[in-house]
Amino acid sequence: MADTVGEITPAGEDPSRRDFIHVATMAAAVGAVGSVVWPLVNQMNPSGDMLAMASLEFDLSKVADGSEVTIKWRGKPVFVRKRTPAEIAQAKADDNADLKDPAKDADRHKPGKAEWLILIGSCTHLGCVPTFGGGDWGGWFCPCHGSHYDTAGRIRKGPAPTNLALPEYAFLSDTKVKIG
Amino acid sequence: MSGHSTYEPKTGFTRWLDSRLPIIRLGYDSFVDYPTPKNLNYWYTFGGILSLCLMTQIITGIILAMHYVPHVDHAFNSVEHIMRDVNHGWLIRYVHANGASMFLFAVYMHMFRGLYYGSYKAPREVLWILGCVIYLLMMATAFMGYVLPWGQMSFHGAVVITNLLGAFPVVGESITTWLWGGFAVDNPTLNRFFSLHFLMPFMIAGVVILHVWALHVTGQNNPSGIDPKSKEDTVPFTPYATVKDGFAMVLFLILFSVFVFFQPNALGHADNYIPANPLVTPAHIVPEWYFLPFYAILRAVPDKLGGALLMFGAIGVLFVLPWLDTSKVKSLRYRPTARVFFFLFVLTCLILGWCGGELPDKMVFQVGATAAGDPIGLNFVWLSRIASAYYFAYFLIVMPVLGLVETPDAVPDSITASILDHSAEKKGLAHAG
Repeated sequence: MADTVGEITPAGEDPSRRDFIHVATMAAAVGAVGSVVWPLVNQMNPSGDMLAMASLEFDLSKVADGSEVTIKWRGKPVFVRKRTPAEIAQAKADDNADLKDPAKDADRHKPGKAEWLILIGSCTHLGCVPTFGGGDWGGWFCPCHGSHYDTAGRIRKGPAPTNLALPEYAFLSDTKVKIG
Repeated sequence: MSGHSTYEPKTGFTRWLDSRLPIIRLGYDSFVDYPTPKNLNYWYTFGGILSLCLMTQIITGIILAMHYVPHVDHAFNSVEHIMRDVNHGWLIRYVHANGASMFLFAVYMHMFRGLYYGSYKAPREVLWILGCVIYLLMMATAFMGYVLPWGQMSFHGAVVITNLLGAFPVVGESITTWLWGGFAVDNPTLNRFFSLHFLMPFMIAGVVILHVWALHVTGQNNPSGIDPKSKEDTVPFTPYATVKDGFAMVLFLILFSVFVFFQPNALGHADNYIPANPLVTPAHIVPEWYFLPFYAILRAVPDKLGGALLMFGAIGVLFVLPWLDTSKVKSLRYRPTARVFFFLFVLTCLILGWCGGELPDKMVFQVGATAAGDPIGLNFVWLSRIASAYYFAYFLIVMPVLGLVETPDAVPDSITASILDHSAEKKGLAHAG
């Protein structure tokens, strides 16, 4: 083998050295192209100011029993619903029903705050805003493609794959909640 | 662009230019002396009509961009400003908005014509694929253009369509966030859609040049599907094709004008005259008419990812069409069985369009009701399922199988022979009558 290589390589040239230069040049070119392309792609991701507005505080005393307030958070609607005992009972009763995206009602609200249901009001199918009171399970109904959600915001029927998402939030006091 | 050039510069200046930049020669060879099959019918005029549409959209679009403001707080009002205050703004906007519909209408005619006469078959596969690329770019451009007025339909249409990409597992959410430039459709989304809506027509123009180039390499197909064999089979582009295309353009512009001047909002949706509100979705959200068949396919599938994949597949299947059709005969004029399946396919596309505009649970017809009062019959979801099944079966089953099992009619030897056969047949009928 060594003899063959010696024969086809012109005297005074080291093939491995030339290969190294080729590989190193290619690697540098790929790195250069990548480092130029990434900023061009990444500029489309959320900008700093968009990320900075990511949390808000909300005063719960404005919401009456059995009603709902829709607030805008990160450009999306958030439903803040004060559930009636009947709605809570109905949601609990369905804990073991045949659910597409199984979840207990207790996991859909903060401990000891069963009356406060806070959800991202964007249908998990294609992002339309469901309306409360429609549908077959007493919860939300999406007008776009007919998804039905129950009183815990769980998907019960229709094309949506998952339950209405829960935003990240915390109670600052009994009447104040911080979303995001 | 192919064959021998017969252009002879006559003046000193054109001789001087011809030896430096033979641009007049290119134009002469492509649009004056270019041989076209002499049996082209009016279905072949949509190519010229489409280039007219593209020019109209680019010119009116550039003008609208001088008055439009791509910002969530101003977009809707700037469109109203164009409609009410800008001199002739109403005309330019209505031409642009209805022009999109006219453009898509013409492209559908052009595509059905290509399907019927087998224009996608060898050696025109690249020509066909370039056409599919143009169609894809047109759909993207039309969608983004519809978002710009920032009405209720604009906004929620954008939400629904961009969320389709969120259906992909793992990467879906990163893709939508990247596309939106935020956590929902918002100002960054509007801004970039405006930028891309401005760019894409020029990309279309670029691909159109490739499309025409490929056309001039292989030569035009024609209603007989037989390639020209002698000079007798062709006529020069000018005056024959130019005059025929010109006449068809006039008829097309009359239809265009009927919409612009008498029914400017017939193809739009009233909800789009309500400013976008991210917190309330319109009760019945539908895309523009030209997307309805694909929307019906999307909704036919109860699964989010499955629906999105099937919808994209409905367009993707067009790209491989040249290799799905196994028939040796190009034109359906000589394939009576295939013709039946073709017209069934056209009907299917229309049915899908109808389904896309109706609510999924609405009944097409009802034959009775259950004890609980639920209607029994066919609803629009099931109609779109049946129609979607045939849409795909036409490409994936009928085309490959039929080419192998059918017995086509005798194909004439040449274009001239096909014309003589045709007129002989007509005379025979006249005598019989």
